[in-house]
Amino acid sequence: MRKHFLLWGCVGVFAAAVVGCATAQSDVDVSRQAAAVLKSSFKANGQAGLDRLDQDETQRLCTQYANKPLPKDVAEMIEKLNTASIKWPADGKMQGDWKNGEKIAQEGRGKQYSDDPKGPVGGNCYACHQLTPQEVSYGTIGPSLYQFAKLRGYSDETRKYAYGKIWNADAYSACSNMPRFGHSQILTEQQVKDLVALLTDPDSPVNK
Amino acid sequence: MQATKFRRTGRAALAACAAVAMTAALAQVSAVDEIAKYRAALQDGNPAELWEARGEDLWKAPRGPKNVSFATCDLGQGPGVVKGAYAQLPRYFTDADRVMDLETRLVHCMVTQQGYSQADAMKGPFGGPGTKSDIEALVAYVTSQSRGVKMNVPLAHAREKEAYALGEKMFVYRGGTHDFSCATCHGEDGKRIRLQDLPNLMTVAGAQKAYTTWPAYRVSQGELRTFQWRLNDCFRQQRFPELIFTSEASIALTMYLARNANGAAFDAPAIKR
Repeated sequence: MRKHFLLWGCVGVFAAAVVGCATAQSDVDVSRQAAAVLKSSFKANGQAGLDRLDQDETQRLCTQYANKPLPKDVAEMIEKLNTASIKWPADGKMQGDWKNGEKIAQEGRGKQYSDDPKGPVGGNCYACHQLTPQEVSYGTIGPSLYQFAKLRGYSDETRKYAYGKIWNADAYSACSNMPRFGHSQILTEQQVKDLVALLTDPDSPVNK
Repeated sequence: MQATKFRRTGRAALAACAAVAMTAALAQVSAVDEIAKYRAALQDGNPAELWEARGEDLWKAPRGPKNVSFATCDLGQGPGVVKGAYAQLPRYFTDADRVMDLETRLVHCMVTQQGYSQADAMKGPFGGPGTKSDIEALVAYVTSQSRGVKMNVPLAHAREKEAYALGEKMFVYRGGTHDFSCATCHGEDGKRIRLQDLPNLMTVAGAQKAYTTWPAYRVSQGELRTFQWRLNDCFRQQRFPELIFTSEASIALTMYLARNANGAAFDAPAIKR
């Protein structure tokens, strides 16, 4: 972390030196200024402290490349970094209870400053994905997950992929729109397992 | 007359809701169609008019410790000029030496001309159950005076350019527990969250369609909501901390979005679900 700060300090100094008295600010300068202005424009509220504006390496790189193509080596670095952070279940069991998974997929509360810190925290999966055919109110930011395992096979590989992807989506697709539910401690290990069940249990309505 | 209009709207809305319930089992497309009908029914009568009327009274009445009205308040088109002012905001104001959006300018006038303290002028920016917001009413009135006017936000002054560039960067800034930026939901065409369509605010067409329809009366909240509220509530859902009312970031983001909406006719206060 400290190394990272030093590095960016150097980049900043270097950029400032190069730009000198030129009229146009460098892209790096504008980004640094934007981050500083953001930090002075928010106040802590409930469970959402100002530290939520501090970016980790993944957030910083994904912000930096938001308006330009992500270079292959940067994408690989992000995926490697996030793959290393996946905590696989100690008992090796990936699949929990699909009925609990459906509740977690429906639950939109959690981590907002307006939410009870002791209250439920969900995955809000339906905000972005189609899952069971019974729920018609689903979003389209992410792909449809209907028949997730029916299409991929009811295998250990499918369950492992679902678990890893929910735990840390950036391990599979750098700068994904999907939150890193396990990595960022949004959901517990058991909740991730229950969502895996919603996607991979042959009895889950997702696979009907 | 107003009451009849509302009752009619209510009945139409109820009917549309019942229709939605009945078609739940049918295809997705038809549910979306019924919600479109519900939204169309809402256009029939807009309670935002009540906020506009209260805002006009507030604008014209002598107020504050100095007991003066907003007649000397310059929104960028000259003292007291309201017509078309919102379509050219945010902008740089020489007297304050900063870029201001409408809400920031209203607070500025309340402090410098009407004699309010900064804290009092900033009080109650958003209404809630049992609490009315004067700022929301003033915003409703001022914005209503730009209805039909083409958005023409200036980007001439260096500080205006700076605010735009900062807003552009902030729009893609990822943070929080969920890694969300504004662009997560508003950076692609044709997406929706649950059944709510999401405008792609990074395109001119998307920014025009969205920005020109705020402020809006939110039926689900029974409140007139301003653009400052819109940004504040987006960040809440992004799992960020709370955006400070009239903060520099809120103005920069407004500048980015308002400027991108240039050329489109302003069409608010609107009504939304």
